[in-house]
Formats: sequence, structure tokens, C-alpha cells
Amino acid sequence: MLHTVNKSSFERNSLKSCLNTIDDTSVILLIEDGVISAAKNTNASMIADLAAQGRVYALQGDVEARGISSKLADNIKLVDYAGFVDLVVEHGTAVSWV
Amino acid sequence: MKISIQINEGPYQHQASDTAYQFAKAAIKKGHEIFRVFFYHDGVNNASRFTLPPQDDRNVVNQWAKLGIKNVDGEPELVVCIAAALRRGMLDESEASKNGIDANNIHPAFRISGLGQLIEAGIQSDRLVVFGD
Repeated sequence: MLHTVNKSSFERNSLKSCLNTIDDTSVILLIEDGVISAAKNTNASMIADLAAQGRVYALQGDVEARGISSKLADNIKLVDYAGFVDLVVEHGTAVSWV
Repeated sequence: MKISIQINEGPYQHQASDTAYQFAKAAIKKGHEIFRVFFYHDGVNNASRFTLPPQDDRNVVNQWAKLGIKNVDGEPELVVCIAAALRRGMLDESEASKNGIDANNIHPAFRISGLGQLIEAGIQSDRLVVFGD
């Protein structure tokens, strides 16, 4: 499954709820303010293990819009909107955590 | 692949309608079909034909309208939830006249319908992606 998270982990608990729920094959895509969690020295430690397994993506445009391209935590994969579509196609059911 | 989209947030609120639009555009470019876009909750405000953003800003409503998502019968598949729309003062011509109101504001590229359309989109599509608050 594909899980999208669109709010910062400083604003909502959605990333935490998502991490508590997902199974071993799911991947996470951080979009909109959700990409804040992909910045170093924020809450990126929450997703470090998943990222090391190559299971965390972030939407490139949203990362750039928030000025965190140079502060990205390790192993976060950047995708554009076409990559977002591919993730939806590849991973079956898409769940939105808001 | 057949993809449907649900939008739960109004235009210019956070980013949901913009993200959904960029997603839909990318999906169409890749050769996928957007079967239906369902506007629910505050998302119904994306269907107002009266929005007038500044000239140097994007026009979210017109962007959706220009995508021209229609079914084989030529009906728009930008579908606005009727219950969510009426309670927010979003009316098409028929709802306005039925309720004795002298104006309507649903953009002609959109149509008002019921929640069954969301369920049907979920059944008919390979994927349903939700954007919103």
C-alpha cells in the first residue's frame, strides 16, 4: 500500500499514526507540509528506519518550496508528480493520512 | 489505469486542490484515465464559477475546468457532493430554481450529484486517491 502524509509532524499526529499502522510492504510518500518530516534535525528520526529500507518518498516540488532540499535526511527518495502517479499505480490501495 | 480522485478541501486553503490537480495532470500525461474527481466537504468550493483570483495567480477552478474530465456521454466527471454543496451555498441552476433562489454558482464544467457517485468511482476505478484536510 501507498500511504501519503500531508501535514507536518509538528502540527498533527498523522505521521505517527501512519507509522503505527503500516505493514512491512507499505511505502510512505510525504507531500505538502508532510515533507517537513523529511528534513534533518526535525522528526526525521521517526522515519529513519523506513527510509533506510528505501520506503520513504517525498514530493520534490514541495521539498523545494519549503527550502529543505539541502537539509534532506538520509535515504529519502524524491519524486515528481509523475513519480507520485507511478507510486499509486505500483502500490495498489492509496491511503491518505491528513 | 482508471484513477479517481476525492478532494476534501477548498481552493487556496492549504494545498490539496493544487496537489490533486498536478497529480491528475501527470496521470493524464502518462496515459491513465481520470474516471472521476469527487469534490466533498469544503472541496465543493472548488466548483464556484465566481472565483476571481489576482491575474498573476493561478485560477484553481478554471484549471480543473480546463482539464475537461468527461464521460463517454460528454457529461462532466468533476462531481460535486450535493449535500455538502447545498449547505455551503453552492447551487446549480436546477437546485436554485427548486429552492426559490435567484442565482446559481456551479461552474458548467462541474455537476452536482450524490455520494453514490463517490462509491461508484471507488468500484469502477483501479485506484482512488484522496486529497484534503
